[in-house]
Amino acid sequence: MNTLDIQALRLRLPGTARPVLDGVDLTVGARETVALVGESGSGKSLTSRSVLGLLPPGASARGTVRVVGDDVLAMSPGQLRVLRTGTAAMIFQDPRAAVNPMRRVGDFLTESLRLNARMRKEAAEERAVRMLEAVGLTAAALRAYPGQLSGGMLQRVVIAAALMGDPALILADEPTTALDVTTQAEVVALLGELRESFGTGLLFVTHDLGLAAAISDRVYVMYAGRIVETGPADELFARPRHPYTAALLDSTPRLDAPRGRLAAIEGRPPSLREELAGCPFAARCLYATDVCTRQAPALLPLADGPARLASCHHGDLVKENHR
Amino acid sequence: MRKTVLEAAGLHRSYGSVRAVDDVSFRLSEGGSLGIVGESGSGKTTTARIVVGLEHADSGRVVIHGRDRGDRRRGRAERLARAREVQMVFQDPFLSLDPRTTVGGALRETLRLHFPGADHGRRITELLDQVGLGARESDALPRQLSGGQRQRVAIARALAVEPAVLVLDEAVAALDVSVQAQILNLLGEIRAETGIGYLFITHDLGVVRCVTDEVIVMRHGRIVESGPTARVLAAPEHPYTRLLLESVPRPGWDPRRIAEARRAL
Amino acid sequence: MTAATLLRRPGLARIRTSRAPLSLLCLGFVALVVALAVLAPWIAPYDANTVDLGNALAGPSAEHLLGVDASGRDTLSRLVLGARTSLLGPLGVVVFSTLAGVAIGTAAAWRGGWLDSVLSRGAELVFAFPGMLLAILIVSVHGEGLLAPVIALAIAYLPYVSRLTRSLVLAERERPYVEAYRVQGHSGLQICLRHVVPGVAPVVLAQSTINFGYALIDLAGLSFLGLGVPALTPDWGRMVFDGKTAVQYGYPLSAIVPCAAIVLTVVAFNVVGERWADKVSRRDG
Repeated sequence: MNTLDIQALRLRLPGTARPVLDGVDLTVGARETVALVGESGSGKSLTSRSVLGLLPPGASARGTVRVVGDDVLAMSPGQLRVLRTGTAAMIFQDPRAAVNPMRRVGDFLTESLRLNARMRKEAAEERAVRMLEAVGLTAAALRAYPGQLSGGMLQRVVIAAALMGDPALILADEPTTALDVTTQAEVVALLGELRESFGTGLLFVTHDLGLAAAISDRVYVMYAGRIVETGPADELFARPRHPYTAALLDSTPRLDAPRGRLAAIEGRPPSLREELAGCPFAARCLYATDVCTRQAPALLPLADGPARLASCHHGDLVKENHR
Repeated sequence: MRKTVLEAAGLHRSYGSVRAVDDVSFRLSEGGSLGIVGESGSGKTTTARIVVGLEHADSGRVVIHGRDRGDRRRGRAERLARAREVQMVFQDPFLSLDPRTTVGGALRETLRLHFPGADHGRRITELLDQVGLGARESDALPRQLSGGQRQRVAIARALAVEPAVLVLDEAVAALDVSVQAQILNLLGEIRAETGIGYLFITHDLGVVRCVTDEVIVMRHGRIVESGPTARVLAAPEHPYTRLLLESVPRPGWDPRRIAEARRAL
Repeated sequence: MTAATLLRRPGLARIRTSRAPLSLLCLGFVALVVALAVLAPWIAPYDANTVDLGNALAGPSAEHLLGVDASGRDTLSRLVLGARTSLLGPLGVVVFSTLAGVAIGTAAAWRGGWLDSVLSRGAELVFAFPGMLLAILIVSVHGEGLLAPVIALAIAYLPYVSRLTRSLVLAERERPYVEAYRVQGHSGLQICLRHVVPGVAPVVLAQSTINFGYALIDLAGLSFLGLGVPALTPDWGRMVFDGKTAVQYGYPLSAIVPCAAIVLTVVAFNVVGERWADKVSRRDG
């Protein structure tokens, strides 16, 4: 059984012409690290938040979101609370915004266990110390206020808090974007170690394709609420089959690519206020033809290898032309 | 060798016991592009703010076209002359524009201040065209524009003053990758057309490689390495520069080794 | 941006509504009162000071819809004409206190340092001194007339506006766009007048609307004490004072009607001001 299994998730917001999430399929296996890559507005954060049943007000969701077999979309508020404090935990982008600056780190770590799991104070603190040690901090951090810790240390605290309920799945929403590059490496290394020692699945949401390729087993690329391509990280990075993935790779200023003009993607993603008949990327795509504006391509398996899927009418052209 | 447009010599700035900027010197040649890289707390932003005049240096000089910016005479003419030496594009395009002023209004305001009596309507069209915006955006309020469009407006507004040097403080950090590439390309075009000098503050080595000729690497307020961008990135001499380069994620990347190297440094 | 909260009086702060129909009703009432005041000379059926002693203390009739007071004057006419004085006074208070308060608050926040200390301490000193007492003091020195109490109350209300403006401008000047204008070469005064003050204006005007209600009560109170408005000028506070003996004789109407007018107007202004402030904070939030 997959730790996370999202099937045909469709999310509609009031006042929009098309769904913000349009048939998302995504799985995370046990001990697997999966990256979900997309730009702002692609729906990547909405997808990860829907795993905890955190839907925007007025949203209507269809499809299934199973965490260790249980459908989140059908859960009662009580079951959702159990899910959020135990089975699945989320790490947010900005650790400073996720922690109450007026409370000590110890209170922050033990609060949810004591309130929701009715754990005794001593037991909760004992666990908090264990988790702080697991993320490379000491018991002394319990007494500290968030303001006394650096950004990197605070993100460790947030990760420790996520581990408190012994989750099967960790959702990390841009957990390193607010951090320096060298600190990012530390946090990523830590997440990798924790996955091995605790056996959790990890869904890593990021806008950084390079980071996604570096740390994950599999990658999903999202555009305008749809998964446009997925596959093993190194393959997808080396041989993209969707024009958007290819363009995203080309427009990233990299250290190993030739200097000079970047291949920018002109235009902007489709607005939520307009309906989409065909492929959402067609208007910005170099390969687009008539069929692309008429008919939305399905996410189909590729011959390149197992678990390789892309939704493009001209995937073969991309394969030939990219590098 | 090309003429020097901007020279900073021996800049110091302390906040209490923290030395935010500690003996920083560099020069930018006319039409050149100099990158300052570093992590948070490296002093790169404070250095930029000293150059622009939003902070004062405790000691040291900033000279542009042979004129010392530390010379703090007051008055309107002085203020305008200083503005024409250096302009700045800020990190967050959502906050650096007045939410109540339209794009055209913001440009007109600047043009009126610096070039009274000229044909502002034509110049506004010209400036917007230069950054890839049209008449439709001219009437828009900032909140009706995307992040990339707002950053284009901020660039147009800085160019309106016709400065000798443009300071870009993490100007593409808040943008999506595809939009970031558009803006980086745009900045390259503008430099080629106008011969303006760039001082590019960033934490992103990929961006540095893309838009700068020379680079200085800062750490804890000090310059640890400087030189031509291609040389520094290809053959870094300082261990900190090497660490920064290795920290950039790529396939086959080993974050654990970087974490160890960081602790060792 | 509305980290700065409006200054309110304890009791009146609770008079607010999030329900749209009620706040619309209040807005309508404010409009009605203002229209009455503007059009008073054409609407009032009688001259405010025509005395008809034979008819004194008569109840409502077809000729006198709201009855007649102890001196035989038509209550409706006095109420309508009184709206002018009763609204003009608070208007003067609000205009003066807003202009001066915004200027002082902006200057204090923008320049900071010693100027901030002097202006803020000065405003606090005025704030600590009861406004009514200040008004009574000035009126007793200056003598009768509307001008003296208006100036006195304007000074008393000034700190409400200047403190609010100061905190708003402090938040606004920290915004990066202000720095961007500085780099562009705009002077501090230009940035303040063109961008910062218009930015904080909606919140300040909401405060001033609420102040209008408070000033109305205070001025009516002064009139009731016989301070300020000359004896024959129609004014709601004065009408309550004139009617109080009639109440003792069992004819309450000529006192109750202006009382109700005062209360309703104050409540209406308060609700409108609070609603406005809520809207502004939601827009900025």
